[in-house]
Amino acid sequence: MIDWSGYLTLILEGALVTLQLTVMGSALALVMAFLAGLGRLSRFFIVRALATTYIEFFRGTSIFVQLFWVYFVLPFAGLTLTPLQAGVLALGLNVGAYAAEVVRGAVKAVGREQTEACVALNLSRYQRMRHVILPQALPLMLPTFCNNAIELLKGTAVVSLISLTDLTFQAQVVRAQTGNTLIPFTTILILYFAMAWSISIGMRWLERRMSRSLDGVRT
Amino acid sequence: MEWDWEFVWQIMPTLLEGFKITILATVLGAAVAAVLGLAIAIARRSPVTALSRTVGFVCEFIRGTPLLVQLYFIFYVLPDIGIRLPPLVAGVIGIGLHYATYTAEVYRAGIENVPRGQWEAAKAANLTTRQAWIHVVLPQAVPPMIPALANYFIAMFKETPLLSAITVLELMNQAKSIANSNYRYIEPMTLVGVFFLAVSLVSVVGLRWLEERYARMDD
Repeated sequence: MIDWSGYLTLILEGALVTLQLTVMGSALALVMAFLAGLGRLSRFFIVRALATTYIEFFRGTSIFVQLFWVYFVLPFAGLTLTPLQAGVLALGLNVGAYAAEVVRGAVKAVGREQTEACVALNLSRYQRMRHVILPQALPLMLPTFCNNAIELLKGTAVVSLISLTDLTFQAQVVRAQTGNTLIPFTTILILYFAMAWSISIGMRWLERRMSRSLDGVRT
Repeated sequence: MEWDWEFVWQIMPTLLEGFKITILATVLGAAVAAVLGLAIAIARRSPVTALSRTVGFVCEFIRGTPLLVQLYFIFYVLPDIGIRLPPLVAGVIGIGLHYATYTAEVYRAGIENVPRGQWEAAKAANLTTRQAWIHVVLPQAVPPMIPALANYFIAMFKETPLLSAITVLELMNQAKSIANSNYRYIEPMTLVGVFFLAVSLVSVVGLRWLEERYARMDD
């Protein structure tokens, strides 16, 4: 009989790495999303062009290809990354590109009259964004951000292929050592699902909180 | 290490060989996703609660877990119960099933967009449920969904590199084996990226055309 407790610890350690990747990747994705999303709405052509190139490039190829590129090709350019850094970088940049489109869409969905009112009130561009447009756009972004975060979580499985010891990698280790396939893979499927589920519950809570302050503002 | 054009031309035939498999996997996967997605969408609307609930939960589960792990599951766990699939078949089933849960949502939205009156008219004309689906509802529901479906097929195309993890010899896997045997990563990995980017950019143009041809459906 196989003693499963040791293997369970192994898998839980993997879960920790997956969690770490998801959190750090999401943080980077959030930053990139706002930079590129607002960049696409910029007055300056060069900023718009840069943001568009970034978005098209990262949406045009898959996370897998990007990860391998970051991990295997960048070292030749003198930039050697640990698997974790490469994973966070690739995941964050990839999901950031998708989320940037969400930011852009949500900002554009806020009515024109809001912008006009800001101009009439003599608010600066920064004040307009910070105090008027973004507070209304954020609740619109959240549901899609939730999907993006889950996509990112699912994307983390790919890092196992550059030998980062995440859930999927550990499951492979357990498979190699015990010869049992059903138990490790079912376990990690359930763990992934539990994580995805907690993300969507957390996001729903955040959404309720954020839209509460807007009660009666929007029709 | 720097870019070597001679090496590029030397490896091009092998990469194209892999690219063919990538296209094949995408087309087959798209067919599976298109058919299975419709089946899921119809099952979720079934009056039998047990069926619609179960299918709904299975979909949520598949959407909340990484495709890579699902591929491993199909490729490594199923042989234990006697189902031994060749890598490409396992890959097509995995990727088709995963994307079927997404296309099911597209179908659902499309079906819900058909006015209730159409159902009632079908009933009034004494059509059976089957006839109502085939002759009344689906012909109206499908054309507006085509752009959204195409969008998912492009996404699926970008996910095919994952099949290399279960030993399908597609583009990514060919590139990896070239890289490993020659110790040159820059050219193969970059070319894979270029291939995917090129196809994605072309397909975006195709998608615009589809959107113009068929009325756009916002989900």
